[in-house]
Amino acid sequence: MSSAYLTSILIWLPVAGAILVWLLPLSRYATGALAMLVSLAEVGFWIEQAARFDFSKPGLQMEERARWFGDLGVTYHVGVYGFSVWLVGLTVVAMAAATGYGFWVGRDRPRGYFALMLLLTGATVGVFVAQDLVVFYAFFEAMLIPLYVLIGVWGGARRMEATVKFVIYTMAGSLLMLAAIIAYGLQAHTFDLVDGPASGSRWLFLGFMLAFVIKAPLWPFHGWLPDSYREAPPEVTAVLSGVIAKAGLYGMLRIAIPKFPDPTSFYRTAILALAAAALVYGSLLAFRSTDFRGVVAYSSLAQSGLIALGLFAGTDLGFDGAVLQMVAHGLVSTSLFLIAGVVERRTTTGEFRLLGGMARGRPALATLLMTVGVISLAVPGSANFAGEFLILAGVFQRAWWWAAIGAGAIVLAAMYMLRLISAVLHEARGTTVADEALDVRPGELALIAPLVAGLLLLSAWPAAISHHSFFGNSPAATVKGQFK
Amino acid sequence: MSLHTPHVDWFSLATIFALLAASGVSLLGAVLVPRPLRRTFGASVAGLGFLGGIVAAVWLYVDSRHSHAVVSGAFYRDRWTALAQVILCGVGLATTLLSVEHMPGWGRDADPERRDDHIAEYFALLLASAAGMAFFVGAGNLMTLFLSLEWFSIALYVMCAIDYDYEGALEAGLKYLVVGSFGSAALLFGSALVYGATGTISFHGIAAAIAAHGLTGDALLSIGLALVIAGLGFKMSAAPFHMWTPDVYEGAPSPVTAWMSAATKVAALLLALRLVRTAFPQDEHLWSVAFAVIAVASLAIGNLAALVQTNVKRILAYSSISHAGFMLIGLSAGTALGGRAVMYYLIPYSAMAFGSFAVVAARERELGVPVTLENLAGFGWERPFLGVSMWFFLFGFAGLPLGGGFVGKFYVLAAAYRHGWAWLVILGVIATLVSLYYYLGIVRAMYMRPSEERAVLAGGSPPAERFLHLAVGMALAVSVGSLFAVQPLIELARHAASALPF
Repeated sequence: MSSAYLTSILIWLPVAGAILVWLLPLSRYATGALAMLVSLAEVGFWIEQAARFDFSKPGLQMEERARWFGDLGVTYHVGVYGFSVWLVGLTVVAMAAATGYGFWVGRDRPRGYFALMLLLTGATVGVFVAQDLVVFYAFFEAMLIPLYVLIGVWGGARRMEATVKFVIYTMAGSLLMLAAIIAYGLQAHTFDLVDGPASGSRWLFLGFMLAFVIKAPLWPFHGWLPDSYREAPPEVTAVLSGVIAKAGLYGMLRIAIPKFPDPTSFYRTAILALAAAALVYGSLLAFRSTDFRGVVAYSSLAQSGLIALGLFAGTDLGFDGAVLQMVAHGLVSTSLFLIAGVVERRTTTGEFRLLGGMARGRPALATLLMTVGVISLAVPGSANFAGEFLILAGVFQRAWWWAAIGAGAIVLAAMYMLRLISAVLHEARGTTVADEALDVRPGELALIAPLVAGLLLLSAWPAAISHHSFFGNSPAATVKGQFK
Repeated sequence: MSLHTPHVDWFSLATIFALLAASGVSLLGAVLVPRPLRRTFGASVAGLGFLGGIVAAVWLYVDSRHSHAVVSGAFYRDRWTALAQVILCGVGLATTLLSVEHMPGWGRDADPERRDDHIAEYFALLLASAAGMAFFVGAGNLMTLFLSLEWFSIALYVMCAIDYDYEGALEAGLKYLVVGSFGSAALLFGSALVYGATGTISFHGIAAAIAAHGLTGDALLSIGLALVIAGLGFKMSAAPFHMWTPDVYEGAPSPVTAWMSAATKVAALLLALRLVRTAFPQDEHLWSVAFAVIAVASLAIGNLAALVQTNVKRILAYSSISHAGFMLIGLSAGTALGGRAVMYYLIPYSAMAFGSFAVVAARERELGVPVTLENLAGFGWERPFLGVSMWFFLFGFAGLPLGGGFVGKFYVLAAAYRHGWAWLVILGVIATLVSLYYYLGIVRAMYMRPSEERAVLAGGSPPAERFLHLAVGMALAVSVGSLFAVQPLIELARHAASALPF
């Protein structure tokens, strides 16, 4: 297909941009502008890709394949499915917003910072389009390297502990995945995800799943999450929860479930239980958190649980809902963390007891936070409502009590999100909220508004994703057939 | 009485002659060339020698499609030897570049009058040790094996201690000499036992004798084999034969450390696989388990001990022990896949090992004290190119996909898995996880700690160090390039491994 090059461009353009940004001795402003330009070009290429993607055709599209090391059957194989298109879109849009935010606040050491942000973009896109296990693993790990430095250099006061925890947790999972990949690939005589056969090995399934549940994360593998989300710069937390966490869920959808059908059904109840636990536990912690980022961080844990619930329901509605919810929650949490950054910049804190009353005289901030907050608590008519409804309906078909737990957790979502909104925007004016603290500036608005616009668009037409992720009318059958 | 001289295929020794000739010229230069020119002279001769070595080795690689023993079976002319020689000469070339500005090491740098005292002798020794290693990897019988091992070891002993008025270097040289001699003695004693059991010293002859007389499992032979492996283990710095490594790597001048950590491993590991595959194929059950045990010990000791170090050269020394463990995993598989895995692994590994010590050398020179995690603070921002290179080397060591280290680990673990040793794969990934902690510790020190106030350097900015940058750039290019060029490199390694009897 003539548009196959788009997939590789989406990976390597930001990597090339990263090298360029790092090498060119440009001024702070020019460096940021160049990085921004590359991020926007990336969005442009993605729009081109989405426009050329034929949703009415089955199988992999815009495929590129080249030999990497032949004797073990490893190829550089990339391509996209319907759902990958949406996840790549989420990545490039959220990364562009986050890069723009870094540009706006003027991060120190701009060449290093922007090079790493671009590197992160390329690696993350790579995860979503890789069709070979080794390539997938390489990109999955490659995401970690820029993140480690971004948190460790530009993070908050307790960043050291946060980075160590983050790296050790995620690497523990992914190294076991490496062992599982080696075992799977050598048994199957190929590492290709499209050609590779299904496997019945429970050990291999667990090896893969451990990496994915840590990345997603699900309870009880979320130990790294609160520290990293609090200590990272806000725009890095935004992509961490909005995009990177989705890599774990994507791995379940692309690898764990289709390649290991029998182990999936064997462990289905256990994983659904973990997902439900993440959902309920995350919601409760979010409700008890005393700061902005804490609420959003734990709500991300809850949402990961919800999405995993949809994926492991194994039903048509569950899969459709999970993909929709991945994108919707990605946009929500990216916007929320960027807003958290906006608030922190004005008040130097995210603690609720020091905040409050920010709505007065700051209509744009109030409108943004209200809009995103309301979408995030899944008000009927919103994108998140559509996603959560589909997931709950899907898991209801599995057994009614999963849906009951999920619905209960959604009530909690309303509670913590409204608490967040009122603690920041309403109530008595907080001690750190100065009169002079400005409303959202045009620059910030220009970064967050497109995300919110995307959410509103999805709210108006959720079927854009939920009907355009899997070929045919039965996602469950497509997944079972390994997307062929 | 006529003396029977064997037919000698002189061309098969071309690499060694190129290096030896350069060594001799450099040694003459130490006497004949006026002192101010000796550094330029020695470095040029060494550079030409290594380039000549690379040309000869590449030629031999192309021209030695079929493995055959030459010089009465004392030496193997094959692609395994030739590819190893290419790697060795490449590292040698990089070491030469590094040595231009960084020999003598920082410990003796204070006295500018005497900087050029032994520089030409140093290059002569570097070339001589390279020639010894180039011979060692092709050794075809136990006698040439021992002689070439001593040949390069003696050169290395002197190189370690060449800054003789700096205590650390003297200590390093002495320690290496004492422990190294112990290793050589083990190797020699083992060789004697093997000879006693089989009545021959040629590798092929040993295999034939074992097959002919049913010597598999023979006590004398097994003890001999164990001692030979132990002797080689000293040179690989694999645990439990590693005790000298941290002290010597720390005390020796950094260019020497860089050369040893990269080149000695290449020579010892590749020769070890040739020896066991050629001479002891029937004893695979013995050496395969022995290598696996040594691998596990190296992984455990190397990684755990590195966690508590603060001196960066010591950390890297323990890291080299743990990498010996990884490559021994490939050796223990004993298959063609394991062979090319090790051959491939050595390419990015030697680049990363060399490069990381070269970066440390730059920092040592800047500070005038040993580099620790504390005084590394801020280095990444002060010297952006060296910092980023180090970043690539460290993540590459850790097996993250920023360089060929990732593919190397993938290959050796795949070889272990195909050999049926899934437990070794699991141990390998656990060791990698542990190693992350200290590799990231160095990254953290370079980038994430605020740099302490220290006296401004004489010139106000770090020295230009063009040759060091060139050497580090070469290492970076090889370590990153080998990630993308896996297919061609593994093809080379596959052809090389086909020379061994698998």
